Amino acid sequence: MRWLIATVALAVLAGLPLILKAYGVGLLIGLAGYVTLATAWAMFSGPTRYISLATVAFLGIGAYAVAVLGELLPYPLVLICAAAVGAGVALVVGLSTLRLAGIYFVIFSFGLAELVRQLITWYEVNITGTLGRYIFLPLHPEHIYWQLLALGAVTLALAAWIRQSRIGLALRVIGDDETVAAHSGINLARVKLLLFVLSATIMTLTGAIQSPRWVYIEPGIVFNPTVSFMTVIMALLGGANRLWGPALGAVPLFLLFEWLSAHFPDHFSIILGALFIVIVFALPDGILAAIERAWGGRKTTEASA
Amino acid sequence: MVLSALVFGLVLGGTYALIALGLSLQYGISRIMNLAYGEAIIAAAFATFLMLSVGGVAPLWALIAIVPAGYAISWVIFALMMRPLMRRKGGAGRLEVDSILATFGLLFVVQGVMLVVFGSNFTSYSYLDSGVDVFGTTVALNRLIAFALSLLIGGGMYLLLTHSRWGLTLRAVALAPASAPLVGLDVNRVARIGFALGGALAATGGVMISMYQTFSATDGVIFTMKALVIVIMGGVGNLLGALIAGLLLGLIETFVAAFIDPGLTLAATYALFLGILLWRPEGLFGQRDG
Repeated sequence: MRWLIATVALAVLAGLPLILKAYGVGLLIGLAGYVTLATAWAMFSGPTRYISLATVAFLGIGAYAVAVLGELLPYPLVLICAAAVGAGVALVVGLSTLRLAGIYFVIFSFGLAELVRQLITWYEVNITGTLGRYIFLPLHPEHIYWQLLALGAVTLALAAWIRQSRIGLALRVIGDDETVAAHSGINLARVKLLLFVLSATIMTLTGAIQSPRWVYIEPGIVFNPTVSFMTVIMALLGGANRLWGPALGAVPLFLLFEWLSAHFPDHFSIILGALFIVIVFALPDGILAAIERAWGGRKTTEASA
Repeated sequence: MVLSALVFGLVLGGTYALIALGLSLQYGISRIMNLAYGEAIIAAAFATFLMLSVGGVAPLWALIAIVPAGYAISWVIFALMMRPLMRRKGGAGRLEVDSILATFGLLFVVQGVMLVVFGSNFTSYSYLDSGVDVFGTTVALNRLIAFALSLLIGGGMYLLLTHSRWGLTLRAVALAPASAPLVGLDVNRVARIGFALGGALAATGGVMISMYQTFSATDGVIFTMKALVIVIMGGVGNLLGALIAGLLLGLIETFVAAFIDPGLTLAATYALFLGILLWRPEGLFGQRDG
């Protein structure tokens, strides 16, 4: 039954571009992109509580991989290479920080996008001599949308599978208490590393798939820190510890941000920041948890007692 | 060339040391990981610029107004934003995550306000920029003053923390927040002082930076990043370590900019950070436990 609903829903979503105009398809691409990003973010940061601020670093790496390799290799190979580069970077970051306390990881991820941006800028200015690159791939907007939809569906399926697997259980123990986790024989560093690399690879692929939409890219455009920020807010609004939480947060916030950036372009980041602070204070566990608390307060106290 | 890089590196390092000391106080004493720390630095730099260009107030006099303002504003931010987070259940881990998220939001608010008011262009002003001869290298007077003030304020703060009764209470809360109430210390009050002091040091650093460097509304993130790397290099909670690591980072950056490429300074900072994480995560001067 569940599979049937999922298949029908996916078919309906895939059919949407056939009835929508160009603007609608653009919105769908953005929506599918952010649902995927937020779900991938929560896959690692939700259960472990290691806040990753590096989403856009991987997104940008994906876009750059396509810009560099797009005309040299066939398209599927380009995507595989992009995913490999993203996974490689995540592996380096993870290997050097995930053995330590969470704060080291947060600090590293905080500056990662800026570091990658400056390195690529330096390379382009000094070695290739031009700052920007063009991406010309024979892909229509609906092709991009279908790819993102597929990636989003795979991401959600993966997240669902992880939740009920042994790794998911291990992750939840790590999030609750690392000492207990270590004593029950969980290899902390390996589980965290695995999930981080997986989540970063999905983010890289999202960037790679979306990149033909930009046509022209330069470091300042693809490494925009607002994207990392928006991903975190979306996941937190819905609830980073729920399967559907991040997706549920991403849909309304993406539409709100579209509207805000069209109507208040200058004050966008102020409103975004203020909204974020409100969410951290008012909905610390996300909107799904808040609804559940309001609905069945008695039931949850019984369960926790 | 080497000598001039050494002098410039020390000047930059002096400011870094001051900034890192402030961040170390905030994280060590009040347990708040403040990602909006760099925004306080840039805000102070813009305040100095504004006071000079509109009111004609010299940056050194502006310091007298801006540093207490940094203290007061951080005090209010702590009382309004951080205190409710500290009251939440869930212990130190929860507070760390919540403070990271809350200050991450604050970063975008402050940066957004500065972008609206000042735009995204680089800003600078000229003040005391006549050259002075130091060991055969010509250094602008403003850099020397900034260096002297950084050493004076940073060193003074360090002595105050290590050699006064007031400093002892601050260090006691940093070391053992759970035991501090047992000896009659008001942890909340001390944490607020620590956070506000950090803000005052950030403001001081911002005034210094504006005296000898160009800055823009979006530079805050980089300063936060550098301050964090310095704190980790020196060993979390190690104040002297932060001061020395700050000077060291200033030197390394200047040498990389002078002899390799100015575009790679952040990469050098990161390479250093990676090295520290891999070989000495407890910091250059920290003690290995276990």
